[in-house]
Amino acid sequence: MAEPMKIRATMEGDVADIKVLMNHIMETGLRKDPKTGKLIPAHFIQQVLATLNGKTVLDSQWSQAISKNPFLGFKVKGAKVGDKVTVSWADNMGEKNSIETAIK
Amino acid sequence: MNQFRRTFLKGASASGAIAAAIAAGLLKPGQVLAAEWNKAAFTATKLEDALKAVNGTNAAESKQIIVKAPDIAENGAVVPVEVISNIPNTEAIDIVIETNVNPLTASYQLENGAVGYISTRVKMAKSSKVRAIVKAGGKTYTAAKEVKVTIGGCGG
Repeated sequence: MAEPMKIRATMEGDVADIKVLMNHIMETGLRKDPKTGKLIPAHFIQQVLATLNGKTVLDSQWSQAISKNPFLGFKVKGAKVGDKVTVSWADNMGEKNSIETAIK
Repeated sequence: MNQFRRTFLKGASASGAIAAAIAAGLLKPGQVLAAEWNKAAFTATKLEDALKAVNGTNAAESKQIIVKAPDIAENGAVVPVEVISNIPNTEAIDIVIETNVNPLTASYQLENGAVGYISTRVKMAKSSKVRAIVKAGGKTYTAAKEVKVTIGGCGG
């Protein structure tokens, strides 16, 4: 079960400023387990999709070089207070999570 | 549709056809961009291959792109990076860390009013240029910032 995400969306003039925190280990697949000496399998978020009122605004693909517990900030023009923002991610092991909020 | 996606991912040679299809109204950009994870690009280990995969090989240097990152990163595991593109109609931002094992770090497609701005945190194995590649109006632009990573986090 994926851990909860955090999101904050606020208006700055006519631009919505959206900040998202995800809980994810973002394992690169390059590290070795110090006890067994074996490589720890890669486990990282590959795709992150953001929508505003159901319309895609940001479609992103990530590598394992995004830091653990990823932060993502982006801005959308033409949004208004009350609009629904949804951010969802999917990782290379088939786990996924999403969060929705209204712009304040 | 799926065949189209595959062709799209194969990169530069196909992009002309895609652009034509978009212009002709056959495809909405959103449909093309909701693609599978671009494995070839993200697993490329050579900088030139990674740049080629995102059509960034001959990108023009642009002062309208600002890459904000610390001059010295004490902890390579968490390096804050902001990319601001003031180029009108910015459609995509790619982040490439030149000396990482897999240089291509993230690709962002901006649609439906998303501004040319991305804020993220990345891992860096050693000191490197952090390069942003911006696509706007069918052209590619680039800018980079040098970030020194001090191993051991002693504050250098």
